[in-house]
Amino acid sequence: MLTRSQLVLLTAIALSVVVSLFSNQIDPYYLLVIINVGINVTLAVSLNLVNGYTGQFSLGHAGFMAVGAYTASAISLFVGPKFFAALGSHGTPAAGALFFLALIVGGLVAAFAGLIVGIPSLRLKGDYLAIVTLGFGEIIRVIFRNIESLGGALGLNGIPPYTNFFWTYGVVAITVYVVISMVHSTYGRGFLAVHDDEVAAEAMGLNTTRYKIIAFVVGAFFAGIAGGLFSHSVTSIDPRGFDFIRSIEIVVMVILGGMGNTVGVILAAILLTLLPEFLRPIAEYRMMIYSLLLIVLMLTRPQGLFTIRKKLSVSAGEKGPMAKA
Amino acid sequence: MTEFLQQLINGLSLGAIYALIALGYTMVYGVLRFINFAHSDVFMVGAFAGYYISKRIPRESLGGGLLVLAGAMLICAILGIVIERLAYRPLRSRSKLNVLITAIGVSLLLENAGQFFFGANPKVFPALFPVKTFTFGNGLVMSSNQMAVFIVAIILLVSLQFIVRKTKIGTAMRAVSFNPTAASLVGINNDVVISFTFGLGSALAAAGGILYALNYPSIDPLMGILPGLKAFVAAVLGGIGNIPGAALGGLLLGIIETFVNGSRFSTYTDAIAFAILILILLFRPAGLLGKLQVEKV
Repeated sequence: MLTRSQLVLLTAIALSVVVSLFSNQIDPYYLLVIINVGINVTLAVSLNLVNGYTGQFSLGHAGFMAVGAYTASAISLFVGPKFFAALGSHGTPAAGALFFLALIVGGLVAAFAGLIVGIPSLRLKGDYLAIVTLGFGEIIRVIFRNIESLGGALGLNGIPPYTNFFWTYGVVAITVYVVISMVHSTYGRGFLAVHDDEVAAEAMGLNTTRYKIIAFVVGAFFAGIAGGLFSHSVTSIDPRGFDFIRSIEIVVMVILGGMGNTVGVILAAILLTLLPEFLRPIAEYRMMIYSLLLIVLMLTRPQGLFTIRKKLSVSAGEKGPMAKA
Repeated sequence: MTEFLQQLINGLSLGAIYALIALGYTMVYGVLRFINFAHSDVFMVGAFAGYYISKRIPRESLGGGLLVLAGAMLICAILGIVIERLAYRPLRSRSKLNVLITAIGVSLLLENAGQFFFGANPKVFPALFPVKTFTFGNGLVMSSNQMAVFIVAIILLVSLQFIVRKTKIGTAMRAVSFNPTAASLVGINNDVVISFTFGLGSALAAAGGILYALNYPSIDPLMGILPGLKAFVAAVLGGIGNIPGAALGGLLLGIIETFVNGSRFSTYTDAIAFAILILILLFRPAGLLGKLQVEKV
């Protein structure tokens, strides 16, 4: 017997199959924008698990996206030909199987990177965690720049354009489903406990480090898959595309939507992907607008644009040394 | 041996710049317990302020150079105070996360406003001081710009130490850093002290920006990001909140980076600072000279 949320998940996947069948009716430019929206929603929702629900401010999401993008692209570029030869077919099912494999492996390698990064850095809190994750994001980028077999500073080109509506929105549906059911499960209440008061959560017997690492690894996994979707949509990637600014864009989506509010974060991701498309003339001021938005939002509406009830607002704690000053 | 000493001099001059920036991070952390992300962009504004002031002042003269330095320090001190007043003060009673996000916002705003007003293309920074090269006994070479870095950095560090240790406002700064509530109970105006700290830290960042631009004479609005992050690492390395620690951390980091840059791992230079940060936070989170604080409920 399926639960309601599982039904919603299956419906969403079925819907993405149906829409995908008719996607050649959609203007290619709109289709590209729609796919970008999906990738950004995946990134924002997965980061929300870390930054929003668990309250661990990470600034290195683009690093995990890079790991996923590079791994998935390397698989389709280097393993792909052997895979097709072994299967003896080049058709859509074979390509789909290859892409599925590439995405999953990309996500797993990104999750492993998340584990390696998470174990040392999640012992830190707040500002330190933000800077260390930023540092790890930069280190990942420097490493990719130095790996010659992955194109070095030039990156990888000619990645097959496998990403389509079905893959993108299938991933979106699964990400949203996994994040929501994780947080609303009995076990997942621990994430919220860690967010609300880490010391109290620890006193209640929760292994807070483990919760933080699980959130981090799951977030990195989906960031890796989103990276795979991204690289197979733009068909060429280089290390500069995954810099600090990319991480900040995802963070802005999470903050604008309201940390720990999945629906709000999805809306914010859609809004922030579509706005630059509609406002082409002012697209070059995008980052200036983002930064002003961050400041004004923190001063006036720290709970985000789309959070109506102050359930998980970040301003809940009237504590910390800042209050004493 | 000569090569080793030469690298050491280069490392120390880079490290002195890191130390000047790191002091701003550490002082603000001392009084407010938060990392001022925008500090690295104040450093950038300092370099640009120097660039624009120097257009109206004779180049390559000692007096002119000092005038540019003083002007840029003044402009950045005002900028630092304004940032604190508008962006951070209204959030002082909120959670640290809010302040952190605001600081990131201010940092991005300065970078992008810089690209808008100064242009995104790199500019050539003029030589402010007379350009000379000094050669010592066994072939050691030192440029007048490196010399300027050492002299300015030493003067600023000594005067900072004097301000913090011997003056009334410095005593107040240490009091606020020790316990803000008790400080306000004995009649210290915390707001004034915090404004002063921001002004002082930003002025040091401006000096660092100009010295950096003298030695690496290409400036652009994003130039602050990497030196800023590295200076932050230096502050953590020395023990954040600890003023001599920031100077020590800056010098150490400058030396380490210069030696890595001279080795065959030179392509990893930018990553080394972060590797140091991660190691120090894992094994000695309070830094080399800091004291560990336990979180109390």
